[in-house]
Amino acid sequence: MDLNGSQMVIEALRRENVSVVFGYPGGAIMNVYDEIYKQNYFEHILTRHEQAAIHAADGYARASGKVGVAFVTSGPGFTNAVTGLATAYIDSVPMVVISGQVPISMIGTDAFQEIDAVGISRPCVKHNYLVKDAKDLPRVLKEAFYIASSGRPGPVHIDIPKDVTAQIAKFDYPQKITMQTYKPTYKGNSRQIKKVVDAIANSSRPILYIGGGAVNSGASELVREFAKFTGIPAVETLMARGVMGDSNPLLMGMVGMHGCYSANMAMSEADLMIALGSRFDDRVTGKLSEFAKHAKVVHVDIDPSSIGKIVDIDYPIVGDLKNVLSDMMPIAREKVKRAKYQSWRDLLKRYDEIHPLGYSDNKNNIKPQWVIQRVGETLGDKAIISTDVGQHQMWTAQFYPFSRPRQFITSGGLGTMGFGFPAAMGVKKAIPEKISINISGDGSILMNIQELMTAYESNIPVINIILNNGFLGMVRQWQTFFYDKRYASTDLSRAQPDFVKLAESFGGRGFRVETKKEFDEALKEAIKSNVVCMIDVNVDRLENVLPMVPAGGTLYNMMLEYKE
Amino acid sequence: MKEIRRVLSVIVTNEDGVLSRISGLFAGRGYNIDSLTVAPVPETNLSRLTIVTCGNERVLEQIVKQLHKLIPTYKVIESGEFVEKEMALVKIPLNEDFNGLDAMLKAYNGTIANSGENFIVIMVADNAKRIDNFLKTVKRYNPIQIVRSGSVAMDI
Repeated sequence: MDLNGSQMVIEALRRENVSVVFGYPGGAIMNVYDEIYKQNYFEHILTRHEQAAIHAADGYARASGKVGVAFVTSGPGFTNAVTGLATAYIDSVPMVVISGQVPISMIGTDAFQEIDAVGISRPCVKHNYLVKDAKDLPRVLKEAFYIASSGRPGPVHIDIPKDVTAQIAKFDYPQKITMQTYKPTYKGNSRQIKKVVDAIANSSRPILYIGGGAVNSGASELVREFAKFTGIPAVETLMARGVMGDSNPLLMGMVGMHGCYSANMAMSEADLMIALGSRFDDRVTGKLSEFAKHAKVVHVDIDPSSIGKIVDIDYPIVGDLKNVLSDMMPIAREKVKRAKYQSWRDLLKRYDEIHPLGYSDNKNNIKPQWVIQRVGETLGDKAIISTDVGQHQMWTAQFYPFSRPRQFITSGGLGTMGFGFPAAMGVKKAIPEKISINISGDGSILMNIQELMTAYESNIPVINIILNNGFLGMVRQWQTFFYDKRYASTDLSRAQPDFVKLAESFGGRGFRVETKKEFDEALKEAIKSNVVCMIDVNVDRLENVLPMVPAGGTLYNMMLEYKE
Repeated sequence: MKEIRRVLSVIVTNEDGVLSRISGLFAGRGYNIDSLTVAPVPETNLSRLTIVTCGNERVLEQIVKQLHKLIPTYKVIESGEFVEKEMALVKIPLNEDFNGLDAMLKAYNGTIANSGENFIVIMVADNAKRIDNFLKTVKRYNPIQIVRSGSVAMDI
């Protein structure tokens, strides 16, 4: 079958079962858009900024586990997309992003809207292509979807010059693909797995340190089962929230800079740390020389370069967590005795009783943590929660009762403000039966506020809950703690939009909330309205995220309260 | 941890942009490149890069893993024994006193590669340390120009 380059793109997306794409047209990608216009296989959502198109595809991918797809044009269209690519890359999100490029004959001439797109995307994607001949397109498209979704997932960028999108060539889409140079390891080494089980059986204070890899691998059921019959307590990273399920008695909570006391103490006092798809981020480890000082370390990861990058590993296993745990399970059932860790579990429980996660509520104003707890009580598993980045993100991670993986959609590694709203749109397109909520701050929400238009036009009823404290709260918190309260450029209270009118001017609904009662009513009304909403919640301005391990501090030395 | 010199032989798909992926990886992650040589592997679609780098054990391990992680990377050969050679070309003015040059060329397996009206060009191929020595010794002939290649290596 002979097709032009643009038709090939459509045909490949059809064969990859893509049902929705996000994007923004422009000169260099017009041929492709012309074919998008003509087809009925997938829906195209026009965002109002290229960054939002990528974040929306990202949110779609995180919520569904499928590959997210986005289109942008050359030059500024592409450069606007870069933050989205980098966000997805560091959080291992499968995506294919297709950008237009100036015609081949004009590449290198500083043509209108020309930029070296593959040169820019190279460090922020898993792989990229500049397609110079339409005959390569079927293979490149197939490889892109394969690379994005296999091994450690990640975004793949394809840059297609305008003349290639019009060039006609034979379209022979490969059914399956094997690449000479790319073969991820899925199965863990069985001898190593046996050794790990022995190490577990010999340990007396083991801890499961669960990361985002457990979500990507689809291993959360197995992780829960493994924890249950071995009786090994677990901590979750930000990216792993929901893997164990909030009500799980073995879950000590989130670990790291704003982790729970019991979780951080568990990490510090363990004699065997079992890292499952986590990557020893600095926000988790704190000061490295004091991290897991008494522990042998097991690390299961599909990406060999994650192993031994930060911390020396005693038992490395390269493989897919699902496979590794399945192989480990029968051996562990024989050798690991649940009762052995009873005193360890009791100790951690005691830690949790001494310093539980909490906040002091009061009558005069709304505490931001209360809002999140309230949403959790009201909606629980009925909602998928996206966030932006800052205090509200940490409070959400701490206080929302996540009961399953892929329920919490957040930019962990890059920490991209402006991620939440477009991501929540992608979430709603992926899982329409759930309520899509974006918990944001008055800083973050303005970074992709234009998406009110997209959400309105495309009927994507995202509910944005703005925890409005009139500050760039997380930076303000650091300024309070470490900069003698010199609030350099963080006080946003002097100039704020009227968020209610703002939402209404885009066709959405807006609610201003000053009391708890008003919040309950606003949330109820927002869910009923079935249109994009903004709930502007006036919260306590100076609330801090606690506990806190100051940057470079030790996990066992948490700041549990802040005193003037 | 101690800094170690290491030779890596990296086999990659011979395609557009592969060199920028590798040099970009080194630059972006703050790794050193002491020298780098690239050429196609005969009768294949592959290229061989020979990279001389240095760093402590953890850094070197990461370099190898990160190289593996690049999609076009087929193989990274890092351990075992290598035959390693570098080349140097030295242009010497003809009015110098060549006393001892013959013996020196013999000692370093060198030859006269070319000559012009006012100069000769001598060529040596040897391991890096011996090239260092050679270039030190050849200074006495007041060379006009010295060109030194990166390493090529073959595992044995």
